[in-house]
Amino acid sequence: MASVPHIQMPHTSEEGAANRKPSPDEKFIQVKDLSFWYGEKQVLFDLNLDIPKNKVTAFIGPSGCGKSTLLRNFNRLNDLVEGVRHTGDITIGGRSIYDEKLDVITLRKRVGMVFQKYNPFPKSIYENVIFSKRIAGVNKKSELDEVVVRSLQGAALWEEVKDRLHDSALGLSGGQMQRLCIARAIANDPPVLLMDEPCSALDPIASSKIEELIHELKDRYTIVIVTHNMQQAARVSDRTAFFYLGKLIEYDETENIFLHPRNPQTEAYVSGSIG
Amino acid sequence: MAATPEISATQEPPSGASTERRHVKPPAGEGFVWLTAMGLAFGIIMILGLLALIFVKGVQTFWPRDIHVVELVDDSQFTLQGSSTIAGSISDERVKRVPSGQILAEGEKEAREYQFFVGNRDAYGLSFLYVDADDIASWEEPESIMQAERIGWGDSIFYPVSLTLADGSTLPADAPEFEARLHALIDTAAERREEMRHINRGEIGHISQQIVEKERRMRVLREEDGLEASAPEMQELQAELDQLQQESRQLQDEVAQVRDRNDQEQLTYRVITGEERTEPISDLIKVWKPNQMGFFDKLAWFGGDFWSFMTEEPREANTEGGIFPTIFGTVVLVMMMSAAVMPFGVIAAIYLREYATQGPFVQIVRISINNLAGVPSIVYGVFGLGFFVYFLGGTIDDIFFPHHESSVFKSGGILWAALTLALMTVPVVVVATEEAFASVPSGLREASLACGASKWQTIQRVVIPAAAPGILTGLILAIARGAGEVAPLMLVGVIKLAPSLPVDATPPFIHLERKFMHLGFHIFDLGFQSPDSEAAKPMVFATTFLLIMLVIALNLGAILIRERLRKKYAYGSF
Repeated sequence: MASVPHIQMPHTSEEGAANRKPSPDEKFIQVKDLSFWYGEKQVLFDLNLDIPKNKVTAFIGPSGCGKSTLLRNFNRLNDLVEGVRHTGDITIGGRSIYDEKLDVITLRKRVGMVFQKYNPFPKSIYENVIFSKRIAGVNKKSELDEVVVRSLQGAALWEEVKDRLHDSALGLSGGQMQRLCIARAIANDPPVLLMDEPCSALDPIASSKIEELIHELKDRYTIVIVTHNMQQAARVSDRTAFFYLGKLIEYDETENIFLHPRNPQTEAYVSGSIG
Repeated sequence: MAATPEISATQEPPSGASTERRHVKPPAGEGFVWLTAMGLAFGIIMILGLLALIFVKGVQTFWPRDIHVVELVDDSQFTLQGSSTIAGSISDERVKRVPSGQILAEGEKEAREYQFFVGNRDAYGLSFLYVDADDIASWEEPESIMQAERIGWGDSIFYPVSLTLADGSTLPADAPEFEARLHALIDTAAERREEMRHINRGEIGHISQQIVEKERRMRVLREEDGLEASAPEMQELQAELDQLQQESRQLQDEVAQVRDRNDQEQLTYRVITGEERTEPISDLIKVWKPNQMGFFDKLAWFGGDFWSFMTEEPREANTEGGIFPTIFGTVVLVMMMSAAVMPFGVIAAIYLREYATQGPFVQIVRISINNLAGVPSIVYGVFGLGFFVYFLGGTIDDIFFPHHESSVFKSGGILWAALTLALMTVPVVVVATEEAFASVPSGLREASLACGASKWQTIQRVVIPAAAPGILTGLILAIARGAGEVAPLMLVGVIKLAPSLPVDATPPFIHLERKFMHLGFHIFDLGFQSPDSEAAKPMVFATTFLLIMLVIALNLGAILIRERLRKKYAYGSF
């Protein structure tokens, strides 16, 4: 930590933002002066960034840089860990997610999440997709059927599983399971979809299917994806944020990050000399 | 075990000459592999030996054994009431114990002795007899000798002489239809016994219950409302009571008639000492001629005997007859215990694991629960007696049954016994459930929470189903501990001979307050409390065998359910 050179981080993002015309869509998710601690250990330092609507934003950076922590703050999954605290704020669609009046369950219904390791429930494919509907108390068959078709089609899985919806989800292949998890995450039709290294447990072919899917989904969802794979970030994202040791180093159009990084550390990371 | 030398062989250099090879030391610690293997092998041999012993001894009980008629040498001291001829089956054979201080002279052989089961305890005053092998002059297995299982006095071994029929005529044993008639008469007698039992238990029992109820009402009216015997309500009750008593007497007369009829037909037989005896057919349960039976006859007989052992009620201070009530009592007890311990243990574990703030206090609670598993079971029995029977039962009696002369719930019963066992096995279930919860992948919880589920919904819909196989492992351990337990039960409801089953056809069908019989206690009672321990010995083995079978069956049931759940909820990552 001590060896980290001081970087005028907020500079870059503010500059980038100033160059574009600000619109409400540009600042769909806003992170304002966010610092975050696990117990005594600070893991995020004064982050500021705006995530545009219906775009794919990639978080890259070496292990332990805080990108996953930030992602898990968007649906407050970090609340489960004991002894966490934060300063600053995050807003989604203009509303603070830390608002006392906002129920965390409501928040999570509006912010879907896909995890690193595919984790379908040990239930049927059908029940997996409608899990969030079931816990919301929806039991009407026609409505549930409609959700299953829409979500599985949205996750490009419908054609593969339509004949065995009531089989166990655990009989699917890894890539299919991950797409099932995406279907489960979009069953509520949330405006925001978080993806925490969604392809790291998959083979290249399954990964490329997921990447295609991300392309299709971004018309309807604001996607934030954490990835270790820089080619993947370059392929799927519109914007890329580079984090290093809990600080946002550079945030810009993906093309700029990979082709014309302004910060020497970013350049070192994307070219593979640190990581 | 066989792998050990191979491992060391592969680690030797390929060029190693045979002389060098001898100096190669086995990898450090390889000796301990042998030690562990020996430990396991020792344990397995002990367990298999125990099971085999119980199985063989238990099964032998029901195998019809040949009857030997033995002629003793002239001056033998082992005579049976002065008779030097003995008839019986060999129940044991052993080296005779040399009285202390005596030393065998050189060349003298160890004396062997046989234990004969001679039966006819009513005639001889004993049913087992030890005879020195040296004293036996001749062996014979006559085909016509018969063995009979009787209601009282144990088995009898005899030569049949004649049948006395209801009309007073007699049928000699050498008549061709003798045996068929005898079997038919025994069957009729069994039907009549069943009829009497039905009247006694069912109808008379029902009426006596009503009589007790009426008497209690009258007492309440007299004591609490101060009614005189001349009051109209009292008169009415008295009339009803008289009516019931009249009915009861009639039924008793009916029973007496059936019994008389049953005593008319008699069997006359001659025991080996020459004495002739006459016994009503109704005293016999079955007769057979073991020396005429082939292997398959014996096998069929064995099956029938074993079946009646499992399905009939005990007789003769439990040393004869079946053990059905004990099997039934044990099964009902274990099921009630499981029904009590599962929700209780699982709920406790959920709070401990999922909701309680982890810290020193919860850690102390957890350690205490673990330690509870080590408390001697008799302590739970004492607690059950004090808390469940006296306190809870007493309170229930005071509130709901204030006018009963005898206590209802304030004495041991199957409910209190089941709760005591449940309390005893709660730690097992809590520990297993906690471990099962811990092994549910955190990804599943996160996925559920990220879908917008509350913590309780996550536990209910994701964690509990995924942990169900582990929770059932806890139940299996609890059953294993609870089913074989005897000591605490003796304090809270088990008895030697229960007049009725805890679940039967009389409303309200499940009688939680009733005392019950239990296989484990039955073993103790037969083996150590019985007046004729020699006669009870085979029953002890047979009962033990059944107890083990029952525990295995209950466990297998739970294991099957667990495997089905595992298949249903199998999770890819483990």
